[in-house]
Amino acid sequence: MTETAPTETGLFAEEMTISVGPQHPSTHGVLRFVVKTDGEVISEAIPDVGYLHRSIEKIGEKVTYHGYVPYTDRADYLAAMFANQAFCMAAEKLAGTEVTRRGEFCRTIACELNRLASHLISVGTFGQDIGAMTPFVHALRERETINNLMEEICGARLTYNYIRIGGVGYDILPETLTKIGQFLDHFGPIVEEFNRLLSGNKIFIERLAGVAVVTKEDALSYNLVGPNLRASGIKWDIRRDIPYSVYPELDFEVPVGTAQVGSLGDSYDRFWVRIREMQESVKILYQCLKMLPKGPAISKVPKKFRPPAGECYARVEAPRGDMGFYVVSDGSEYPYRVRIRTGSYTAMSIIDKLSKGIMVADLVALIGSLDVDAPEIDR
Amino acid sequence: MKPLINSLPETVFTTKVDDLLNWGRASSQWYMLFGLACCAIELMQTGGPRADLDRFGAVPRATPRQSDLMIVAGTLTYKMAKRTKLLYDQMPDPKYVISMGSCSNCGGLFQLAYSVCKGVDKIIPVDVYVPGCPPRPEALTEGLLRIQDKMMRERWLVKPRSASSAEA
Amino acid sequence: METAEIYSSLEKFFPGKVGNFKGEAMEPCLNVEAAAIVEICRFLRNSPGYRFEVLSDLTALDWPKEEKIQVVYHLYSYAQKHQIVLKVDLPRDNPKIATVEAVWKVANWFEREVYDLFGVIFEGHTDLRRIMLPEDWVGHPLRKDYVEQEEYDGISTQRAPLVEKLLR
Repeated sequence: MTETAPTETGLFAEEMTISVGPQHPSTHGVLRFVVKTDGEVISEAIPDVGYLHRSIEKIGEKVTYHGYVPYTDRADYLAAMFANQAFCMAAEKLAGTEVTRRGEFCRTIACELNRLASHLISVGTFGQDIGAMTPFVHALRERETINNLMEEICGARLTYNYIRIGGVGYDILPETLTKIGQFLDHFGPIVEEFNRLLSGNKIFIERLAGVAVVTKEDALSYNLVGPNLRASGIKWDIRRDIPYSVYPELDFEVPVGTAQVGSLGDSYDRFWVRIREMQESVKILYQCLKMLPKGPAISKVPKKFRPPAGECYARVEAPRGDMGFYVVSDGSEYPYRVRIRTGSYTAMSIIDKLSKGIMVADLVALIGSLDVDAPEIDR
Repeated sequence: MKPLINSLPETVFTTKVDDLLNWGRASSQWYMLFGLACCAIELMQTGGPRADLDRFGAVPRATPRQSDLMIVAGTLTYKMAKRTKLLYDQMPDPKYVISMGSCSNCGGLFQLAYSVCKGVDKIIPVDVYVPGCPPRPEALTEGLLRIQDKMMRERWLVKPRSASSAEA
Repeated sequence: METAEIYSSLEKFFPGKVGNFKGEAMEPCLNVEAAAIVEICRFLRNSPGYRFEVLSDLTALDWPKEEKIQVVYHLYSYAQKHQIVLKVDLPRDNPKIATVEAVWKVANWFEREVYDLFGVIFEGHTDLRRIMLPEDWVGHPLRKDYVEQEEYDGISTQRAPLVEKLLR
């Protein structure tokens, strides 16, 4: 332990190295930070990851394309639909398979519901890390309704295995569509409730305004994606800029950070972009429910799926940013290499730089605002 | 715990000391938040509004020093195994372990993985296994009730004597 | 800008260092010499007209039949909305390449992962150590000829015989 310089009263403080995690109630999954601090101000916080490395990329070389879809669920269990969709898009591009129109709309409905669920957890646990326990329980209550809807759509509450190569696994029934409509009518005012509880709260604002500001150059150099990138002022959304599926036909806005309290790119901006994204997802869902066409939900795909040799990179806009699947095929039934590129991995790489000179409580706010989660980092 | 109805005044009931102690322990199992992966989200949902764990007296504690139940929720990797053993050792006796989900029961769907420990019972002794991927909140509640049953069967004052034991 | 144009101007500025342009493939890619990767990346990032400010991905492919490990760089430009894929071939028994950490800071973590899982040494990297696996792990798992060790840290890695049939 090294001693720091004496304070004005002549007292010496020793610098200590403490380990935050891997078991800690607020490190979004099993992450560990080796923190060098004098008790309040951090001089260095080095992330230590890999406690949830489940070798999903290596398993991709050992199972078939159809059999790999459940593993993509576990690559990010809070946004499982998006990982399914990205892998299926990559496999479809390699083989040239068409997706039915109803299948595309079912995919979008399921994905946007999943985006709502993921942002609810993100906002809820963020509030809990700061110290507000109530919004977390409200978020869990809303999430229970979404879990019920997901169970009606595909049978599972968390790891769905719903989006398959060529479309979706099961068709959405008319009763479920009515229930989704009722849920959306109920959910609009809930976001206002969150705003009353959290966003306008004076303590919340003072905790977050101006904390851990990410500039535009840093956001690009460290490859931040998703709400983290948009909070720093860069208007980039895969759904708008590299459109896929039916997003070109839907009308929605892309929220960007506005520095309404504090500076552009601080923790409050990242939180605010997520709240606005939830409202935009509700708009998208209303449009999808109106535009859903009739037809088959999945196109005919051979059981032994054997795409020609080649490679393909497919991206989707997941709640934590741009999730990309790089699939290399050598012509056999098993992929040659599956590479998953996630937004949380690169978000972790910036924590070391941002955490110099902030306080220990701000480190928790920083991790919560970046919305990292362990399965995306470790895969 | 059977009170003798109508034979004593209503404010008195008789029971065995063991039953009273076990009833107190079983109705206040404080579990340690040891959520590793997807099952941790279902653990949070079970502690949430609908399938409430708090009505059984189970509140989440962050530190192992204050908890007597460890719910291992999620996949255990080799890197995490040493820390799991350390956390288990830090819990005070009597302690119980619920293994939640297929990954901690036996490795789950990650049998082909090189970095996943095939089951948490290679490291720490497990009392109740809850199957599922992830288990529903109702399944986890059933697991908690089984631990309650296990606790109610324990004897503290009169220990069953075995031929080889030297303790009283 | 089309990838063919980017390739032809790269050939003009760096003659002999780039080659093997596959324009008709689904992801147009080109090969780059290992020694020239840093200056080509700096050129692609800074010159107006290209503006590849983002390193989308840095990963590797193992081709044991051709005795090479290929490091793949996916570059993307938000300003111009174009992308390009660079590939560098390295000999399999001694894969070494310079780091592009000075060009994009995110390469720090991407290269650590490639080192951990493939064994590629990045010269000039500030902190090259394992990131996903424990520090004392032996071997680089994502290589095609990786053989799992018998036990790690006292925990056996052996599986039940039923699963052996699944392994190919």
